[in-house]
Amino acid sequence: MITVENVTKRFGPLLAVDQISFHVPRGEVVGFLGPNGAGKSTTMRILAGFFPPTSGHATVGGLDVVTQTHRVKQMVGYFPERVSVYPDLPVRSFLDFVAEAKDVPRRERKQEIARVIEACGLDKVSDRIIGHLSKGYRQRVGIAQALVHKPEVLILDEPTIGLDPEQVVEIRRLIRDLGADRTVIISTHILSEVSTVCDRVIIINGGRILASESLTELRAQLQRTRRLQVEVEGPESAIRGLLEQMPRVETVRSLELGVRGPESNGSAAFIVEYTGEDIRKEVSRALLQQGWGLLEIRALELTLEDMYLQLVQQSNGTGAGVYLAPATLVAE
Amino acid sequence: MKFMCVFKKELRLYFGSFIAYSLMTAFLILTGYFFYTDMVFFDLFGDFMDITSSLWTYYFLDLRFVTMLILPLLTMRLFAEEKKLGTIELLWTYPLKDPHIILGKFFACCFIFFLMVFLTLAYPLLLSTVHQFDWGPPLAGYVGTLLLGATFIACGMFISSLTENQVVSAMSTYGLLVFFWFLTWNEEAIGTQVIGVVSQFSLFDRFQDFAKGVINSKDIVFFLLMTLFFLYLTLQSLESRKWRGIR
Ligand SMILES: Nc1ncnc2c1ncn2[C@@H]1O[C@H](COP(=O)(O)OP(=O)(O)OP(=O)(O)O)[C@@H](O)[C@H]1O
Ligand SMILES: [Mg+2]
Repeated sequence: MITVENVTKRFGPLLAVDQISFHVPRGEVVGFLGPNGAGKSTTMRILAGFFPPTSGHATVGGLDVVTQTHRVKQMVGYFPERVSVYPDLPVRSFLDFVAEAKDVPRRERKQEIARVIEACGLDKVSDRIIGHLSKGYRQRVGIAQALVHKPEVLILDEPTIGLDPEQVVEIRRLIRDLGADRTVIISTHILSEVSTVCDRVIIINGGRILASESLTELRAQLQRTRRLQVEVEGPESAIRGLLEQMPRVETVRSLELGVRGPESNGSAAFIVEYTGEDIRKEVSRALLQQGWGLLEIRALELTLEDMYLQLVQQSNGTGAGVYLAPATLVAE
Repeated sequence: MKFMCVFKKELRLYFGSFIAYSLMTAFLILTGYFFYTDMVFFDLFGDFMDITSSLWTYYFLDLRFVTMLILPLLTMRLFAEEKKLGTIELLWTYPLKDPHIILGKFFACCFIFFLMVFLTLAYPLLLSTVHQFDWGPPLAGYVGTLLLGATFIACGMFISSLTENQVVSAMSTYGLLVFFWFLTWNEEAIGTQVIGVVSQFSLFDRFQDFAKGVINSKDIVFFLLMTLFFLYLTLQSLESRKWRGIR
């Protein structure tokens, strides 16, 4: 449904999107993840026909976004990152304008507007001036606007930011439902949103794609790799050597002292990554046999956050920073 | 007819936010005041001169001035506000073409301006109840006013498409219109040969004949061409996003 090939977007000297390529089949819900300034919104704007790429090729439903922009626009419902609505119009007149602009036939307009008002929970405010609504409601008007005329492709730039929890769930369900027979691209900073809504996640940083994986694949991968945090009193290199020789252990990394607080003097802490069954028992037995003091051993869950941060920090060249504060990461 | 949705939306915005009402009120008060003073003058000297040179010419030159004062305030928001609010992002991702957007906005402003001017017909109508006169010259003046207004609107819209700040938009439009006015202000400074060329382009000089009750097809064509020229510039300014890559 959507193909992007070597798309680059420059703003003067700034390279916002750098040679990205990906493909989204019909009916898939794709989540864009990435730090601020990664190029998510820029990519989405290109796909929505807002501006053309500097170079490269992008098609939506087989139509080129540069040469067939008009038909692409007829196919896409776009929710911009900056909630853009006319504050001086009542909700209904605004949607009326949207329906007309999107070529909804006159006879169906009323029904279509009623449908999106209902879908976005706007019934109570449909006759109020948009500027008088709360931010969350203005946001819903923005989402309603994107849904008018049942577009085949939905491009939603951070659609749930600023909504109340109930509405977040509601909108996510709506996106899921729409995703059943439509192609949806959403960008978000909420990682749990990706796992509840998306079929696939594309992680972008610095205008490049770091990973593009289906969520089932990702879950399997996350489950395959497990992690332990171990704190031991004893000679650091010897401990490390022992841990590395344990069966099924893949990597061992030192946790820096400063991070663990002052009471950990004279001890060393590690993060152990391994696969398969729980190996806490084996590890603790081996360590105790050497006569070292085992101060702590604890299983860490590897989450989407960890994976995301790891990827992003690797690409930023800040190394394995993810291991510095694992406890807070699991909290979500 | 795709521009109709933009046209309707603009009118809803103008009337929904009272901009249209307040500008109309200001327009009517100012033009009413000028008509009154011109009438007083006509009352004093009307016996020696014909009504065209003693009333209509003055009235339409005043109307031209009020038009110049009011229209930049009407057009300043056209694109500047959309950019500020980010709603331009909607317009540019709906299946609307740039000419639809431009024409919708242009005609919405023309509609409001024509309505204002239409209401000022009340003054000559009132006069006609107490004084018989030939309607030809004032109608010529009105045709000229509408043409001039359309040109000002296109000009203001072009400038609005260059900025996202409404105040900058209005001030620059005043600047450009005053420049067109002063183009022929000081003939000595420019030189008589140059003035011949320059005055061809002065929106304000072109209006003189209409004010004197004369409709020249050349003048009509001139105003229409100027309007088209500014509409074209607006189109270019909107299209420039494609190669400049800014909002
Ligand atoms: N109109 C513009 N003019 C100049 N630079 C821009 C423009 N839009 C975006 N950029 C730059 O392009 C880069 C990518 O921006 P983009 O908005 O795509 O990031 P993002 O991934 O959406 O970030 P966020 O998570 O903060 O929304 C940024 O460095 C930004 O400063
Ligand atoms: Mg963004």
